[in-house]
Amino acid sequence: MSKAMEPDLQSPLGRAGGKAAKEWSHPSDNWLRGFVLDNRASLGTLAVFIVMMAVFMIANPTVFTTWYLYSSVLTTLPVALFVVVPLVFVVTCGEIDLSFPATMGFASWVFALVVQAGYDPFLGIAAALVTGTLLGFLVGSLVVYGGLSSLIATLGMNFLLRGLIQIINEGKSTALTNLADSAAYKIFSSQIWGIPVQIFWAIAFVVFSALLYNRHRFGAQVKVVGDNPDSAKQMGIDVKLVRIKVFVFTGIGAAIAGTFSVMINFTWWPTAGDGYLLPVLASVFVGGTPTWGGIGTVVGGAIGAVTVSFIQTGVVAAGLSGFYVQFFNGLIIILSLLGHKWNQARYR
Amino acid sequence: MSERIIELRDIKKSYGQVYALGGVNLSVDRGEVVGLIGDNGAGKSTLIKILSGVVKPTSGDILVRGKPVSGWSAARSRDAGIETVFQDRALAVQQTIVRNIFMGRELTGFMGWLKVNKEIAEASRLMREIGFTSKVFTPQSIVGQLSGGERQGVAIARAIYKQAELIILDEPTTALSLTETAKVFHFVRQVRASGRSILFIGHNIHHVFDIADRFVVLDRGKVALTADRSEVKSADDLINFMEDVAHPGGLPGLHETGEAEQRAQ
Repeated sequence: MSKAMEPDLQSPLGRAGGKAAKEWSHPSDNWLRGFVLDNRASLGTLAVFIVMMAVFMIANPTVFTTWYLYSSVLTTLPVALFVVVPLVFVVTCGEIDLSFPATMGFASWVFALVVQAGYDPFLGIAAALVTGTLLGFLVGSLVVYGGLSSLIATLGMNFLLRGLIQIINEGKSTALTNLADSAAYKIFSSQIWGIPVQIFWAIAFVVFSALLYNRHRFGAQVKVVGDNPDSAKQMGIDVKLVRIKVFVFTGIGAAIAGTFSVMINFTWWPTAGDGYLLPVLASVFVGGTPTWGGIGTVVGGAIGAVTVSFIQTGVVAAGLSGFYVQFFNGLIIILSLLGHKWNQARYR
Repeated sequence: MSERIIELRDIKKSYGQVYALGGVNLSVDRGEVVGLIGDNGAGKSTLIKILSGVVKPTSGDILVRGKPVSGWSAARSRDAGIETVFQDRALAVQQTIVRNIFMGRELTGFMGWLKVNKEIAEASRLMREIGFTSKVFTPQSIVGQLSGGERQGVAIARAIYKQAELIILDEPTTALSLTETAKVFHFVRQVRASGRSILFIGHNIHHVFDIADRFVVLDRGKVALTADRSEVKSADDLINFMEDVAHPGGLPGLHETGEAEQRAQ
């Protein structure tokens, strides 16, 4: 690398100025190579997904060519996407948030209460979003201003909020029978040309978030804070505010996810969101976002979520018993992590 | 030609009973590289902290472009155009050069969306200005892939973007190889050529001698020597002087130090 510097550097006594600076050139000026280098984590995740699907299809070609399988995945996948994507921001920022399942439950509970009381579901969605924002702010404040470890504090908040839901509801669910006739349901939860409409909202969310991550001041500051918080602070970035923001973002994502899951089932359960904790976390890391902070990939996380949701459906559809699901979950996660470790260098 | 960027007059700093600085005079003119040399504990870091406004002096005056400034602080220091590049360089090594240069002051347009092309163009301009160009990396390369000297270049480019008039380099060549040191020197000369000033702080007297226009030797909180480049024949002169200052009685076999001392007075 040193040999490539401009000439008049041979001696420390070399004179200033001299030759005019040349324009930049780069060995990866070839756009394809540059694209691959810049997106190696998400492309790796995509490769894992393609290989996995190929194995499933060879194992059982008939099931994997039927639309029903994909339709069912496309119904549940969006719920996961709305939390996987904000979690990529959280992990990039050097934190973790394990409280999102309870936030999903809490925000969707508020949604269910509003709808049950006879108000328009749009109002319910707004109320859920406000709830998610406030809970995200609460969790973030505990971590940032309370100075608690995000791993433990968010785990505690997850139990606390879920406990609160259980105490008040005593395990009883809420059926929302009038939801199917509402305009909100048609916009957010019906089907277009046989495709569940949720997936379009989720894709829009992923695209918006990827832009936020790569092309917005927020994403730039999240990465810098996760990379070197001292440096970020020295350069005038409000590190605490950035950290709070990523938790608020997760709260909002969890609120949307929770609301969507209620709309799919027309029913709110006190356990809403609980099953998402581990698959969502796995998706973030399978997607190629490393654990140490500073870098990550939103699109990779989304592909990771697709991979994880196809494992469950795929294993069963491939003719194996449900007992294999966990085994394959683990196998895919470990293989992906090994792949990413080989694929990306960690700079210090 | 030379405008006085900053002048410290009789700066004292005490921590309780202990004097870290006991009346220091120091000035930096425009387009000048001042080399600050001193042993550990000579008061170099205290002086840097005072210049960058992190630490307030116990007594003494600070003049910016000839005018006394009251209530010296980190903000006043920034307003005066003083930027410190610290030893740890404070770079986010997993980010691109562009992201590091614009850290905390991103170029944004509508609703905080980044003006990516404008940032790259501006970064290229800054890097070219300090002679920081290469065939193997672009402004979009990851800082972690750069060598130590090149990382200094990123930090210096960032300081220039912040409209620095005076850049304080704290031990920029410590732990760098010869070729890497050469790169840093190249950047420093380019910065000087652009009419900015540099306060170059170093352990290695040879390095400081090679790059500085003027030398300031600090010893136990006092300026032991201020000398122009023309007044000092070689780095050995400076070394002898410093040894003499450190051991006033003279060490056996160091008789020729008298000459440098005379020049100092």
